[in-house]
Amino acid sequence: MTPLAGFLLVAALLFSIGLAGALTRRNAILVLIGIELMLNAANLNLIAFWRYGPHPEALTGMMFAIFSIAVAAAEAAVGLGLVIHLHRHAHTTDLDAMNRMRG
Amino acid sequence: MMQETISFTPQLAASPIAGLLWLIPALPMVASGVIALLKQPRRKISATLSIGSLSFSLLLSLVAFGHVLAGWSHGAAVRETVNFTWIQFGSVHVDLGWVLDPLSAVMLVMVSLVGLLIFIYSVGYMEHYENFTRFFCFMSLFAGAMLGVVIANSLLLLFMCWEIVGLTSYLLIGFWYQKPAAAAAAKKAFITTRVGDIFFLLGIVWLFAQTGTLLFYNGGAGSLEAGALSGLLAQPAALGLTAAGAIGLLIFAGAAGKSGQLPLHVWLPDAMEGPMPVSALIHAATMVAAGVYLIARVYPLMQAGALTGGTTAALTVVTWVGAATAVFAALIAVAQNDIKRILAYSTISQLGYMMAGLGMGGVAVGMFHLITHAFFKSLLFLGAGSVIHGCHGEQDIRKMGGLRSDMPLTFATYAVGMLALCGFPLFFSGFWSKDGILEAALHWSVARTPLYLLVFGALLTAFYMTRQVAYVFFGYWRGSKPADESPAVMTLPLVILAGFAMGLGFIGTPAWPWFSGFLESRAVVFNLHGFLEPGLLALMGISTLIVFLGLGLGLMLYGGQSPKPEEPDVLEQAAPVVWGWLRDRLYVDELYGVTVIAFYAWWGRVADWLDRRVWGGAVTGVAWVFRGWAQFNRLLDLNWVDGGFDKGCEELASGGGLLSRVQTGRVQTYLKILALAVALLAAILIWSSRA
Repeated sequence: MTPLAGFLLVAALLFSIGLAGALTRRNAILVLIGIELMLNAANLNLIAFWRYGPHPEALTGMMFAIFSIAVAAAEAAVGLGLVIHLHRHAHTTDLDAMNRMRG
Repeated sequence: MMQETISFTPQLAASPIAGLLWLIPALPMVASGVIALLKQPRRKISATLSIGSLSFSLLLSLVAFGHVLAGWSHGAAVRETVNFTWIQFGSVHVDLGWVLDPLSAVMLVMVSLVGLLIFIYSVGYMEHYENFTRFFCFMSLFAGAMLGVVIANSLLLLFMCWEIVGLTSYLLIGFWYQKPAAAAAAKKAFITTRVGDIFFLLGIVWLFAQTGTLLFYNGGAGSLEAGALSGLLAQPAALGLTAAGAIGLLIFAGAAGKSGQLPLHVWLPDAMEGPMPVSALIHAATMVAAGVYLIARVYPLMQAGALTGGTTAALTVVTWVGAATAVFAALIAVAQNDIKRILAYSTISQLGYMMAGLGMGGVAVGMFHLITHAFFKSLLFLGAGSVIHGCHGEQDIRKMGGLRSDMPLTFATYAVGMLALCGFPLFFSGFWSKDGILEAALHWSVARTPLYLLVFGALLTAFYMTRQVAYVFFGYWRGSKPADESPAVMTLPLVILAGFAMGLGFIGTPAWPWFSGFLESRAVVFNLHGFLEPGLLALMGISTLIVFLGLGLGLMLYGGQSPKPEEPDVLEQAAPVVWGWLRDRLYVDELYGVTVIAFYAWWGRVADWLDRRVWGGAVTGVAWVFRGWAQFNRLLDLNWVDGGFDKGCEELASGGGLLSRVQTGRVQTYLKILALAVALLAAILIWSSRA
């Protein structure tokens, strides 16, 4: 087993944990945490593919990951803002109560 | 083949003045067009244009007259024509042209001179009225068209100008169109003359079909020249008439309409609703004389087939109609009280004299009376206008009186006109011209009755004119506001016309028949033996006696004491029934009312019924069919097309409802679907890469 495969396995595991969390949790904040986990799994993949790829000297993977982290931070900020607003509005963070967007 | 437009190719050598003859009618017409473009307040310019253009026409007319006169004094029968092709269809061509001969020269001078005097008079008469420019626009157009009638060498050109003249007559009778009576009179004049014009047009078409030309004179090829006339005589028409006689009668019907002959005279008295200068120029001096002039112009056609000294059917009809009209209108004039209406009936009566003169004595006799009448009758009309102007619009002679002292100049000139009309002996033109007609009647071979009729008419004429003058000028003033004399611009034309009314007689006395010699192109010498023709002196004596009898009767009945307006007329007291008939114009209008007009009203109702029931029914039926069809289409649309469409919409909506179940609004459900889909895609990817 190559080091790359190990990294990929860990990233897949991390993604699955994040997905399971995002799908099963009722609490909006925990769902956000699951999404963060999935993002970080993707970041891990980016770093791994860069590090073991054909041009490890070009720093492209690092740049990509940092960019992705910045976007994730912005997304978390927006998401948390939405959750706070939701809480103020409906006095709950339970996602099952948020069903007014149905068709 | 390309249609040819107007091309000026004179077919006969003509003198310069004959070539310029078209300018005489063209100048007033152009002036009329320019005036039509002017604004209402431009009174001075419009009057100047009218009078100026007509002055030039008069000048040219005098030159033309002088030219003919010079030719005549050298022993030549001047007849210069300028003809040109107007329209050409294949080998058929319609020609127009103008002619300069003694007849047209005399008429040119008369029309432009009388017209000019009346234009000058109008400046004073119309001073206080609105639409001054419009008045002069119409008057100029009339003068141009009338001069066009006079110079026309083509029956078609004559007819065109004839119709323009009729149009301006309509426009000017209805000049005060706010008055319902004026509007009705204008319509009546237009429609009544139209009856005659239809026959006239038929005559024109027939003449063209027979001879192939409408030119009067065309170097031997014209319709009034020997070749065409003999062809017309050889062609029989119905009722024993030749084509020449039948066409002559048709043309006479047109002339009767225009000249107010029985039975188409009804429009002329009503035409007095127009302004006074219009009555004088159009309905006394010129336009109504156009019918007489027309007969004089086509005289060779009317006379065709007559043996020496004999007469033709057409001329006999002309004579009888003229004589009957002369007496008929004179009778009615006796019992009228409107100053203009008396003159209108007098005009009709005198036109009857002219027609009778043409029928019995020839062109010169009728034309002489036309010329003298034009002057003295326009003098009378303008004098009456001056009276009405002085009496502040009053037209009823019973409410005038004593104007002899208030309006001395008007009285003097009016008296001259009245004596000329009555035929007062020796010094007045009417005596000589009327005497010529009576003399012709004396020698007429067919019957004596016209002579008696005309003599009786002369008696009546003297009587009703004396009655009118007695009412207006003698006695005491019976109106409200005192009358005053008219301005010089109005009285000056009166004086000039009075001069002509007296002096013109001397060109047509039996001793020196200059006028007839000029018209018939033969030499004339002064010879007192002219009076010695058999019966002539006796006739003159009798007619003088008749005139004095009429004057005496009038003076006896009306002159002694001033007639009172509130009392019935002297004659009415004597014979109320007859007076009633005459006052009501012998019920001709009423007769037309219960015959022609009633027939047209009935026919109008029939047409209305046909329109509403038959044609309207058909249209309504078609409309119903289409309505039914539309209803059917509507049902189809509602139940079938719309049904299908609505069903489709329903299905779409329910399908949408089904799909909307998927959209629960729960984010996690979406995420689950997304995850499942990704897992599925990953599985497919792995599966396919393994294979």
